[in-house]
Amino acid sequence: MTTQIILAGFGGQGILFAGKLLAYAGMLNGKEVSWLPSYGPEMRGGTANCSVIISDTQIASPIIQKPDVLLALNGPSLEKFEDAVVKGGTIIYDSSLIASAKENADVNICGIDATETAIRMDAKTLANMVILGKCIKETNVFTIDQLKDALKKLMPPSKAALYDLNCKVLDAGYEL
Amino acid sequence: MAEKMLMKGNEAMAEAAMRAGCKLFFGYPITPQTEVAAYMAKKMPKIGGLFMQAESEVAAINMVYGAAGAGARVMTSSSSPGISLKSEGISYIAGSDLPCVIVNIVRGGPGLGGIQPAQSDYFQATKGGGHGDYHLVVLAPASVQEMVSLTAEAFDIADTYRMPVMIMGDGMLGQMMEPVEFENLPKREVPEKTWATTGTQMKRKKNIVNSLYIEPDALEKMNNERLERYELVKKNEVKVETVNAENADVVIVAYGVMARVAKTVMQMMEEKGIKVGVVRPITLWPFPTEEIAKVAESAKAFLSVEMSQGQMVEDVRLAVNGKKPVYFYGRNGGVVPSPDEICAEIEKIVGGMK
Amino acid sequence: MAKVFEKPHALSDVSMHYCPGCTHGIIHRLVAEVIDELGIEGRTIGVAPVGCSVFAYNYFECDMQEAAHGRAPAVATGIKRAVKDSIVFTYQGDGDLAAIGTAETVHAAARGENITIIFVNNAIYGMTGGQMAPTSLVGQVTQTTPYGRDTSTQGYPIRVCEMLSQVEGAAYLERVAVNNIPNIRKAKKAIKKAFQNQIDGKGFSLIEVLSICPTNWGMSPQESMKWLEENMMPVYPLGVYKDKEQGEA
Repeated sequence: MTTQIILAGFGGQGILFAGKLLAYAGMLNGKEVSWLPSYGPEMRGGTANCSVIISDTQIASPIIQKPDVLLALNGPSLEKFEDAVVKGGTIIYDSSLIASAKENADVNICGIDATETAIRMDAKTLANMVILGKCIKETNVFTIDQLKDALKKLMPPSKAALYDLNCKVLDAGYEL
Repeated sequence: MAEKMLMKGNEAMAEAAMRAGCKLFFGYPITPQTEVAAYMAKKMPKIGGLFMQAESEVAAINMVYGAAGAGARVMTSSSSPGISLKSEGISYIAGSDLPCVIVNIVRGGPGLGGIQPAQSDYFQATKGGGHGDYHLVVLAPASVQEMVSLTAEAFDIADTYRMPVMIMGDGMLGQMMEPVEFENLPKREVPEKTWATTGTQMKRKKNIVNSLYIEPDALEKMNNERLERYELVKKNEVKVETVNAENADVVIVAYGVMARVAKTVMQMMEEKGIKVGVVRPITLWPFPTEEIAKVAESAKAFLSVEMSQGQMVEDVRLAVNGKKPVYFYGRNGGVVPSPDEICAEIEKIVGGMK
Repeated sequence: MAKVFEKPHALSDVSMHYCPGCTHGIIHRLVAEVIDELGIEGRTIGVAPVGCSVFAYNYFECDMQEAAHGRAPAVATGIKRAVKDSIVFTYQGDGDLAAIGTAETVHAAARGENITIIFVNNAIYGMTGGQMAPTSLVGQVTQTTPYGRDTSTQGYPIRVCEMLSQVEGAAYLERVAVNNIPNIRKAKKAIKKAFQNQIDGKGFSLIEVLSICPTNWGMSPQESMKWLEENMMPVYPLGVYKDKEQGEA
């Protein structure tokens, strides 16, 4: 099985880190993975996105043409990628920041209050984790515990104190 | 099994270089190769090595010349416009028979161009760049793991043949993360550098590192000796990956990340009942001419897919040598050809043959 | 029979290609004498430039590298950083050091690179046949300034020692000349100090040597010496421009 995930939003929303966490969890669970960011000046204040592929077999192109999953944290990102999502795919977007997604009966579309949920939990920078929690629930790429294990290994020691909060936010996203 | 790490291509390459015994790095900032320099700056002091930010690409490559001439394993990295500036020094390094490793994380050109991935420096890398008759061994990795293994090998190839080796990637390879391991990297026995200027210690005759030969006969002799080594490189060092090429309707020839896109195309076309093969040159110089000629015996057509206006396609045509039609498809300026575009191109070719 | 005069060991036993009356030979000899006296030939690596002294790699007995035009300080940096206990010197002319290689010169000084630079200033491009140098004097006639160096198009001569004296990384800068015996002795003393500085780890030392070019100046050697004294010295005063040991000169 191969899952192709595009994560997109504003620079500063933790898009690249969230993507890296997915790739890392994939690697720890014996999958082939690739993580490809957009790069350049657009990263500062503009939109940022990354493409993550998690597969049982060797990954050919790391570029995603038709994502199975789109995680969108702002309006422009949703507009840019929503039409590309495959039939039977999933779109999760942050309804705190995006009014609505285009209707599409072939795609599982979930708008969740990611940013507001994060703010309510005193974790305003962790909307990315809310979205990831929801992503785990909707897609079954890994279990939530596998993702938490990966997070523990990936977080730098200087941020270890924030691990528990990140897990709580992941859980909150999973329950939404 | 060795522990895997998730690393960016640029950083993994820098790590591999240090593990290969490279303790000197001279660079100058340019996007999109910055991670190489940043990683070196952080790690070199910890292994007793040196990262130096030079005042220009021109200075950096001449520092490489000096250090390589003094027998050190040394590296520099840059991106297209910076490689143009380094080309003078690269010609001198080649002309003085010095081993070193030069990285080009290619971006769109010409001029300042852009910073997105491109393959438009193929001519520069494989046909010269600087002045004079010379070659670089040009390695084109297609994955982060290959950036590591080819970097390790690059230093050994450079030392074996006393010539500069270029690793040619692009921003995509440099920026992307994939699992990578550093165990069991290729390693060769390499000759001792008896020619290096390390000081005579009053025990031997002086060594001179030089590319100036005023007498035509002397210069020709030096150049011809080098040519003999180039012939050895052509014989011993060609690397190529061939997938599914026998009797293929269309064989895509592509290198680096483009070859991975080509493999996606191969899978997509299989569903449509069209047999697509892929030939991926891993060494761009020496070019896998014989392998492509062999494939041309049974394959029906070739399509060179590049992030350029058509550069490698010339070498593909020379290799196919008229036996089968050779087509080209490319995007440039930092645009990456999509699988859909390439599939459409293949359908046109196959349609035309029917 | 006792020898009363011989070549320094560090000077190769080959004939040089320099024109009659040229002072490169004297300067080569001074460098070689210093290398002998300091006993450093075995760990010295020299860097030759592009210019009249391009063949310097044939004239010194130590290991040598030939640099691209202007790049000698960068090449020297690479060598010095690769072989830490080596003694590295460059031997460069005015076009090489102060025109095409200005950036390499200034930045090697800025880094306080622990190397020795012998800078031969004769106010002209010699090897290519007498064109304007960055150090050519205002009004000086050369092949490319046939009506004299005109400041409206060619600007003004660069005073390298004065310029580098503002660079914090430079340790020792002195301008000398080889126009007479007392000055040749002073030049040798300066060159020796520049090498000794490197041995002692004191950093970047540059000795500018005012030199003549009878061939391209179109004068006899004697006339050239006189021209150097009367025309170059007022623009390029001799002396120590910086010595970190002594404080600013």
